[in-house]
Amino acid sequence: MKYPRPNTAGSKLNYESRYDNFIGGEFVRPAKGQYFENLSPVTGRPFTEVARSTAEDIEKALDAAHGAKAAWGKTSPTERANVLLKIADVMEQNLEVLALSESWDNGKPIRETLAADLPLAIDHFRYFAGCLRAEEGTVGEIDHDTIAYHFKEPLGVVGQIIPWNFPLLMATWKLAPALAAGNCVVLKPAEQTPATILLWAKLIGHLLPRGVLNIVNGFGIEAGKPLAQNKRIAKVAFTGETTTGRLIMQYASENIIPVTLELGGKSPNIFFADVLDKDDEFRQKALEGFAMFMLNQGEVCTCPSRALVDKRIYNQFLELATERTQRVQPGDPFDTDTKLGAQASNDQLEKILSYIDIGKKEGAKLRTGGERVRLGGGLEDGYYVAPTIFEGTNRMRIFQEEIFGPVVSVTGFDGFADAIAIANDTLYGLGAGVWSRDGGIAYRAGREIQAGRVWTNCYHLYPAHAAFGGYKQSGLGRETHKMMLDHYQQTKNLLVSYDPKPMGFF
Amino acid sequence: MTATDAALTWIARLTAQHGPLMFHQSGGCCDGSAPMCYQRGEFKLGARDVQLGEVGGAPFYMGGDQYELWKHTDLVLDVVTGRGAGFSLEAPEGVRFLIRSEVCAV
Repeated sequence: MKYPRPNTAGSKLNYESRYDNFIGGEFVRPAKGQYFENLSPVTGRPFTEVARSTAEDIEKALDAAHGAKAAWGKTSPTERANVLLKIADVMEQNLEVLALSESWDNGKPIRETLAADLPLAIDHFRYFAGCLRAEEGTVGEIDHDTIAYHFKEPLGVVGQIIPWNFPLLMATWKLAPALAAGNCVVLKPAEQTPATILLWAKLIGHLLPRGVLNIVNGFGIEAGKPLAQNKRIAKVAFTGETTTGRLIMQYASENIIPVTLELGGKSPNIFFADVLDKDDEFRQKALEGFAMFMLNQGEVCTCPSRALVDKRIYNQFLELATERTQRVQPGDPFDTDTKLGAQASNDQLEKILSYIDIGKKEGAKLRTGGERVRLGGGLEDGYYVAPTIFEGTNRMRIFQEEIFGPVVSVTGFDGFADAIAIANDTLYGLGAGVWSRDGGIAYRAGREIQAGRVWTNCYHLYPAHAAFGGYKQSGLGRETHKMMLDHYQQTKNLLVSYDPKPMGFF
Repeated sequence: MTATDAALTWIARLTAQHGPLMFHQSGGCCDGSAPMCYQRGEFKLGARDVQLGEVGGAPFYMGGDQYELWKHTDLVLDVVTGRGAGFSLEAPEGVRFLIRSEVCAV
């Protein structure tokens, strides 16, 4: 089934011609009155305009947030949890239109936004509503009459900078715990994908007190920097890349505030020889695990972009995996049969092509793909890339750098120790995959890999309640788990004596 | 480390607008694996950052660990139309700096 284009007859998705910032519970024009064109990667053409904000708009949002923080921070957990549950309900009622918008703005297939992005985001709000209701402080008995109470308190006003690969879901990963913990938020969406969260704010904005949630759009240098550097935020959360991650830590150091960072990876996906022992369901599952590098067009921080295959099965496995990969070709993201959509932007497309180029120049063997695909039917200028498999060695740049496209680099390994050595020979440590019929091998590999998330006999599952975050240069903090609440809270200790007798020092 | 004419034109334009510039090569996801352009001094260099050269009068740096993995390639700074780039200065202009590479003998 093919969905009609936005703003055409029969479409549930109708964009306005222009979107403002969401500040203090209403949509307000940017101070300088400037807007930028928002392109759809599906067609490469603009479809709406979005506020191009500056430091004045960030200050306005911070004013609103600071005005709201005292009251919001003192609402009961029940009240806050109920707000999150209502947000989830409204998202569920509007799932299809939000899913369509994510596809149109980011280029990802509607199949994925309907089945993953939106259901996961909805569940995330519900999960943090539950975490909040179940959260307790602690009481320590230092001695019979001296008690240490530990209370969780909100940080106050926090800044959040959101990436473009899962625009609404990544915003949710950050918003749900921040709001649950009683914080007010100033959020800057990615300038590549600002649309859906503005549609979302129109739907759910009224559920939150004015000023609790503020969304300011614009470019990193013009709006992101004045937010990240601002002395009026108590924490900054960022998902993106390492240089900006360092810059954000540098800004945070000026204010001595905490940061959480998710900066990507170069995730190994390890296939031990026994995956081919039988021609059964598990073999098919492992081949599907290989093909996961194509999910979201490879624009996932945990893209399994390095496949490490036991040399004893290398040829047979790669033959099967190539055949599986070649069944997938890019198509219209609004067609429910499409499994591979458009890359999010022209510069992303160009970067992927530049990495395919260096892969070839370094002597990697191009097994399939390796080129831009021009689709017809009005999609000629969209940003589509054929799924690409390279074979090479782990010190090649295509094995060491995140390409963020549907490109996997494959190499063989010789025994368990070699697999682990190759897997860990990377600057990053966000995700990894391990595939084996032997639970012992899989367990030991999972424990040896220096990465925050090791999918074992599965890949690319992102349920709430499984912690997600990086080792090494992949970042700081753990999202999608109740422990993220801690990243948005202060701990208040009241150390109380119930003993009437003097302490005896002076 | 070299730059295309188009990149040099943009460096000159951004220098006129913002003053002296610097580049730092990013790694990681989203806008990563691409160079970031800042006002010189904006990004605090660390002891292990390596200067690869200079493009249009702007020094170009990379983290030391990353340099170890890149040092067998010559880098050419180019520019393409684009949208969004962390805090890089060119993004509001609708362009994005990009690295192209050639294998070299070290």
